[in-house]
This record gives sequence, structure tokens and C-alpha cells, in this order.
Amino acid sequence: MPGLAMKTLWAVALVAALLCGAARPMLAVEPADPWPELARDIFNGRPLADGAGLIAIDMPYRAEDAAIVPVTLRATLPQGDTRTLKAITLVIDQNPAPVAATFQVGAGVTMISTRVRIDSYTSVHAVAELSDGQLYASTTFVKASGGCSAPTAKNAEQANANVGQMRFRQFAKPSDGPVSGPREAQIMIRHPNNSGLQRDQVTLLYIPAFFIKELRVRQGDEVVLAMESGISISENPNIRFSYLPNGATTFRVEAVDTDGHVFTGEWPAEPAM
Amino acid sequence: MIMAAAAPSAGSVPLDAPLQVREVAAGVFVHFGVNALMTAENEGAIANIGFVVGDDAVAVIDTGGSVREGRRLLAAIRKVTTKPIRYVINSHAHPDHVFGNAAFAGEAAIFVGHRNLPRALALRGSYYLDAFRRSMGDALEGVELIAPQFLIEDDVKLDLGNHRLTLREWAPAHSDNDLTVLDETTQTLFAGDLVFLQHIPVVDGSLRGWLAAMNELSRIPARQVVPGHGPLAEWPLALAGERRYLERLAQDCRALIASGASLAQAATTAGLSEKPLWELFEEYNARNATAAFAELEWE
Repeated sequence: MPGLAMKTLWAVALVAALLCGAARPMLAVEPADPWPELARDIFNGRPLADGAGLIAIDMPYRAEDAAIVPVTLRATLPQGDTRTLKAITLVIDQNPAPVAATFQVGAGVTMISTRVRIDSYTSVHAVAELSDGQLYASTTFVKASGGCSAPTAKNAEQANANVGQMRFRQFAKPSDGPVSGPREAQIMIRHPNNSGLQRDQVTLLYIPAFFIKELRVRQGDEVVLAMESGISISENPNIRFSYLPNGATTFRVEAVDTDGHVFTGEWPAEPAM
Repeated sequence: MIMAAAAPSAGSVPLDAPLQVREVAAGVFVHFGVNALMTAENEGAIANIGFVVGDDAVAVIDTGGSVREGRRLLAAIRKVTTKPIRYVINSHAHPDHVFGNAAFAGEAAIFVGHRNLPRALALRGSYYLDAFRRSMGDALEGVELIAPQFLIEDDVKLDLGNHRLTLREWAPAHSDNDLTVLDETTQTLFAGDLVFLQHIPVVDGSLRGWLAAMNELSRIPARQVVPGHGPLAEWPLALAGERRYLERLAQDCRALIASGASLAQAATTAGLSEKPLWELFEEYNARNATAAFAELEWE
């Protein structure tokens, strides 16, 4: 049964993640930088070029709310470069499952903005893949939040209510931009996105993982954004992105969570003016 | 052998100096925390914690941000009375209110909390322990997460002998496990973090829920309030500043959402006009704005 296989795999992954987590504090004060190994594992040893100037990560220096840290990724190709952006992978090095998401992009997507959980002081990497298969990596550093902030639900009952409810918003075109120029849209989906890494202190059992693992936004039939995601994406996943209107009259969104639930929505494309 | 020789010093730990407490009403004692983040230097003693002494027994309301603070609270209680500690009440799951619980583990007391408190401790406890061990080190020695055995649904009255307490659960507001304790005998309200004065309010539950609770809070028949943070104050006048801040935050976030602004923009702009009015504004306002924006986006 595929469901069972999934669960077993998850159990193994969780145990591995937890062992890593448990081992960390016992290391020396300056733990080894996990990035070289992470990069090798995630990208199968492919070379990563310096992404400075090509892929930018915009994050606050301090994670104010550990559960909701805004991150904006912007790809800018040098003038005359004929390649296009194919995908961006977002990695939060010190999180229990470092790969937050991989976004495959369609026409005109150069900006993706979402929210992530930050467990600890960490480097964050964004790796852009261009149409020629070249990978470019950029990095930034985020300090953990202080006080009583935690990377978990603030309102645990609300987090489990209306799972799968979606909202889609299209933003007004900047007044000085051309009608055919890039626009922005945002997809929001209600989901607790439980990490599965919290241990119930009373039962000593792990609260099961339950999160959105795939999300696809289509403009007409064309995929404009596809996300494969993990437990670092915040509760109620929220993705804002730029795109080029392709003349289609509808947006369709499909999301799948780790329990196999499929959520769908459809909205008319607003005229570009 | 060397270890054995060194051991006696561990046995001669000086007695814990009693926390400084103030009797705010007959039999009602409070230690007022400092308006700061929890550090090794302040031993996590940032929240207001206290106890009520009845004819028969004592109830403790919050235990502080470290076992050391909890033990010092216990020493303060023992300076006042030898009566048994029957209840240890936690107003909610935040570390500055519960990390002292272990100091009372040997007191045969019943731990009491909101019906959602066990879940909050389960979801957040290990994260809090990791995060604060990193920042406070040895000051967190001995901290244990002790979940309540007695869960409060709606409201429950406890009688300490001529001190009747009403414990009441609240819907998500400051957190999703807020509990208030009203000493009916002296009309003193222990509001936990449902009430902040001077120290900027912290939104870690539901901004809408908190604002919605304001009227009901104001109807609690108390004459004075011990807020979670800040000085003793008149009730319900004490709510005014917090209410104004939370309304400002909501209004700013709603306007930003309507204009198509991003969460990152909200974090740096919402609520800024309140800056001169609160301590720890820099530490918490961006976080409040972030949480508020993400909540109100779903309206």
C-alpha cells in the first residue's frame, strides 16, 4: 500500500532528522558549515556558481516571528543573457528539513515571495537553475527570534480549521508599467503544515507531519508556478509571485498534502489594466 | 576519589534568597518582573508572578522563567506562611511563566492550567527548552515542563479558605491557552499576559480574538489588576493602552493588506506610531505586525 510505504519513509526521515538535531548541541561551539554537504546531496554534486547579482534573497536579519519569516527571491539575468529562469530551490541550512521548497517557474516569473519557519540561527541559500542547466547559489544569514516566539501554530484549533480553503489575489498592475508587462499574484491556502518534529512532552510521541507537499498554479493550461515543499514552509502557505500574463482567462490552482488530500481552485484572470 | 572530594561543595548550595514580593491586597503577594527579555543575568524573572494565602492553603500563580526563580518564589512563600501549597496555576505556556514549575514539584501541589495548556507545552516545549538553553545556559538548569493535571474549562472556583479564586479560560487572544485568576475576596485580578502595561503587548494567539475579548475582560469584577508584565493598576482602566495599541496594529495591517503591501513591508511599518508609548517596542512590534498581518489576511 503506497500510504504505508510513505509512512515508513517518513518515519525513517524523521528519525534521521531528529538524530541530526540531537547531535548538534553536542558539537563544538562552532559547528561545521553544513552547506557543502547539503549542496552536494540536494544537487547531486553538480557545480554551483556564485549567484551574487543573479539571485537575491530578501529576508529580515532577525526572524521576528519564528513561525512566519518573510522571504523574497528575485532573479535578475544580465542584459543580453538569453537564458531564462527555470527553478529556484530555497534551503534553510539549520532547519530540521533544510529544503524548504523548490519552485519551477513559467513565463516571466522572476520574483517569488513566501514565509518560512526559522528554528535557529541559520544561513539560508537560494539556488537558481537557468534554462541551460547551470546552477547559481546565493546566501544570507538570519538570526533566530527571541522571546516566546516558536515556529509552531499560534492558534492550534484555527490551524486545523478549514484545511484546504484557498484565496487567490491578483495585484493591480503598477500604473507606469506596460499593459503586457509583468504582474503579481498571490495564492494562499489554509493548512497547519505541521512539521512532525514536535514531541508531545506528555505522551513522548511525535505529532504526525501533515503539510502541503505540492502546489501548482496554472495560467490557462500553462504552469506558471509549481512548488514542491517541505515542513519549513509556514502554516497557511502563502506564495506571491510575478508572472507575464499569457492571455488566458483563468487561473487554476491544485495543491496536494502529505495525507493525499487534493485541493483545487479556479479564478478568472483579471484584465491587465 | 577526586570527584568525591569535590562533592561537598555541591551539597552546600546556599539557601535561595527569597524573591522580593509586595502584598498588593490582604494575603495576595506579587513579585513584579523587569521589563526585559529573559537572560542568564535576570534569571528569567521578567513576568509578574505571585501567590494567594488563604486560611487553609496557598495558590501559586505562575512560577517564573527559571527553576532558580521558582525556588526563590517558594522561599518568599515560606517566609510568609507554612501553609501547604495546594495549587500551582500557570496562566499560559510561555517560558517566563512556567519554567519555574519544577521548583514546586516536591510540594504535593496540583498543577492547574487552561484546557489547551498541555497541547501548547507539547507543541512548543522542546523548542523553548532548546532556544532558551542556547541563550541562558546554566541559568536554565533543572527546568522541566510540567503539564497541568487539573484542566480549566469555562470557569472553576477554588477555595483556599476565605480566599475564593475564580479561574477562567479564554479563547485565543494573547496565546491560545490564556487563563485568568480572580481573587474574589480582594477583587484582585491576575490577568496573565491578557494584560500588558508599559511592556509592549505580545501577540502570540489571535489579534482578532484578543480585541474581541476586551469587553468581556473589562467586565471582570475586579478593582485592581496584576498584569502579566507591568505595574499593579486600576481595573478596568488598565486595558486602555493595550486596547489602543492592538487596535492601531489591526487598523494599520488592514490598510496595508488592502493596498497590496507585502508582509515584509507590514513588519517594518504597522504600529510604528505607538513606538514612544511602550518598552521593548523594538523587540516585539515587528513580530506582532507579522503575526497580525498573516492573521488578518484571511479576513
